[in-house]
Amino acid sequence: MTETTFREALTDTLHQEMARDENVIVMGEDVVGGTGNPHVEPDFVGGVFGVTAGLYTKFGVERCIDMPISEAGIVGTAAGAALAGKRPVAEIMFCDFMGLCLDQLMNQAAKFRYMFGGKATCPMVLRTTYGAGMNAASQHSQSLHPLVTMIPGLKVVIPSTPADAKGLLTTAIRDDDPVIFFEHKTLYTISGDVPDGDHTVPFGKARIVSEGEDCTLVATGRMVSFCENAAQALSEDGISCDIIDPRTTSPLDEDAILDSVEKTGRLVVVDETPPRCSFACDVAALAASEVFSSLKAPIKQVTAPHSPVPFAKELEAAYVPSPAKIKDIVEQTVNYK
Amino acid sequence: MQLAREELQQAYRQMKTIREFEERLHKEIATGVIPGFTHLYAGQESVAVGVCENLTNDDYITSTHRGHGHCIAKGCDVIGMMKEVYGKADGLCKGKGGSMHVADMDVGMLGANGIVGGGPPLATGAALAAKLDKKGGVAVSFGGDGSCNQGPVFEAMNIAAILKLPSVYVYENNRYSEHTHSSYVIASESIASRVEGFGIHTVKANGFDFFEVHEVMKELITKAREGNGPCAVEFETTRFYGHFEGDPQNYRAPTELEDDRENNDCLKIFRSKVSEAGLLADEDLDNIDNEVLALIDDAVEQAQNSPAPTPDDVTTDVYVSY
Ligand SMILES: Cc1ncc(C[n+]2csc(CCOP(=O)(O)OP(=O)(O)O)c2C)c(N)n1
Ligand SMILES: [Mg+2]
Repeated sequence: MTETTFREALTDTLHQEMARDENVIVMGEDVVGGTGNPHVEPDFVGGVFGVTAGLYTKFGVERCIDMPISEAGIVGTAAGAALAGKRPVAEIMFCDFMGLCLDQLMNQAAKFRYMFGGKATCPMVLRTTYGAGMNAASQHSQSLHPLVTMIPGLKVVIPSTPADAKGLLTTAIRDDDPVIFFEHKTLYTISGDVPDGDHTVPFGKARIVSEGEDCTLVATGRMVSFCENAAQALSEDGISCDIIDPRTTSPLDEDAILDSVEKTGRLVVVDETPPRCSFACDVAALAASEVFSSLKAPIKQVTAPHSPVPFAKELEAAYVPSPAKIKDIVEQTVNYK
Repeated sequence: MQLAREELQQAYRQMKTIREFEERLHKEIATGVIPGFTHLYAGQESVAVGVCENLTNDDYITSTHRGHGHCIAKGCDVIGMMKEVYGKADGLCKGKGGSMHVADMDVGMLGANGIVGGGPPLATGAALAAKLDKKGGVAVSFGGDGSCNQGPVFEAMNIAAILKLPSVYVYENNRYSEHTHSSYVIASESIASRVEGFGIHTVKANGFDFFEVHEVMKELITKAREGNGPCAVEFETTRFYGHFEGDPQNYRAPTELEDDRENNDCLKIFRSKVSEAGLLADEDLDNIDNEVLALIDDAVEQAQNSPAPTPDDVTTDVYVSY
């Protein structure tokens, strides 16, 4: 184990996988940085969030490729290269920009294996950032994992710790299907113990973050630590929670969620997206249909409101589900009569 | 130079207002009071103003993430803009949008835009509306060198060309998209030479010189207004600050910024041209400088003292609530 930041865990993983398999290539806007400048050596940027740092120097221009601002082109190029045997890891700087490349994801990459009768694979990873917290306003702050989770043929990953960042990215790169890998922008600087060497985390296997008796909390990404904060405060009032981090929204570890709800009899789902047709809805519906008779209280969802992400500090703070709000809703659920 | 004295004063005032707005924000942002990402337009003023001095409130523009200059040049209220950048309830967009999304429909400013390449299709649509309205209106899109590589931008220009829409696509080539040099990401000899391939009349011009920008745009906008279909232009320009505030800019040549500030400062160039030609006295220009500085001081003070939005404002203007 080595204490590592979330960002370093991702960078190290890219280095490891590129060293292990020469078919792994990285592409995106400013993933090298400085390319074409007559005055500088490239590679001092390594992605605007610094995740691809050093790859160009180590693996060269053929395997770490700066791209123009052409999201559809980038993702299409990745999908095509994947069909032809490469394992591209494409970076889309903010998941909001998936708007520009959704066709290549949902009509192309997602469909090949099925549509071609199982005779094709598309082993690509699309790494992207998501979430509010930087006052980056409506076009740079969305959490769009539900949008891709609903598309058969895509796998969707949302790590919440440095160790999972490494384990899940390794699995994503080695997976034969298209994977959308969501990195919360506010998590890059968190640190934690990360296993050295080869570390994989299987898709569809939740992490049990903490165990308790009274209520099940389900959350991904940044919301996991918000749940931990809320649970900490609740424990002082004698309320204990199971916190479940599914880690992948597709495939989804339904058993982990259902087993926990059967045990606690209560479910609160926390997610940073607006409420309609969301991941929170999906988990709530799963529990309602499968373990209805175990429920002692209505299932609750703590989500962002049905609005775009606002700019002003006060507005963004009100938009994002807070630990205080999570605590409140859990208390209401536990006290439901 | 056939501009009247008032027109010259107006052009200078607009350029100076943009410059001081940005210089002041550069200082204020360093103190940490302004949230979010801010991309400053300082250095490119002659382009925004040279374009917009050919437009009226009945014409439209679309803008970019680097939008403050376009907004001011198109006539957005400077105080309302400053309040918006500060995220205040009485900002132009009520604190919902911020720097990257300043808009003002009343003056035909259809929005700064956080999506690179988001603007040109919208300008094409505004040009379609203007054509249907038959009042001689035009739409102009601003875009950076980086935006010319987006598919929707190609589509927008082709649609405008086949429909003969009154639109003008302005490309501000400031050499960089973020840290990447335009020579690497643009395969054609220039943006202009590529755009010509869409069957659009395109020119390449010096964007450091207000007078050249103004003259070129007069010709292109007149052409578009008169129903001859879209035009495009690539202006050479430079940004004086980083891609965003906080960018160390270590990808630029050691003396590049100094050289630009010395030799390519559009405000200096303007001043020396009008002085040499005896069109405006130094005193006139200095007076404008002082008025602008007072306006910016006032804007910042008002922005600092304006009320913040409240949590209830989060869910206004979303059509439906749950
Ligand atoms: C669709 C999309 N892709 C990427 C970005 C991130 N981004 C913001 S500005 C920028 C560079 C834009 O360069 P250019 O068009 O030359 O404008 P400049 O910043 O030079 O004014 C990039 C890559 C974005 N905002 N939108
Ligand atoms: Mg540029």
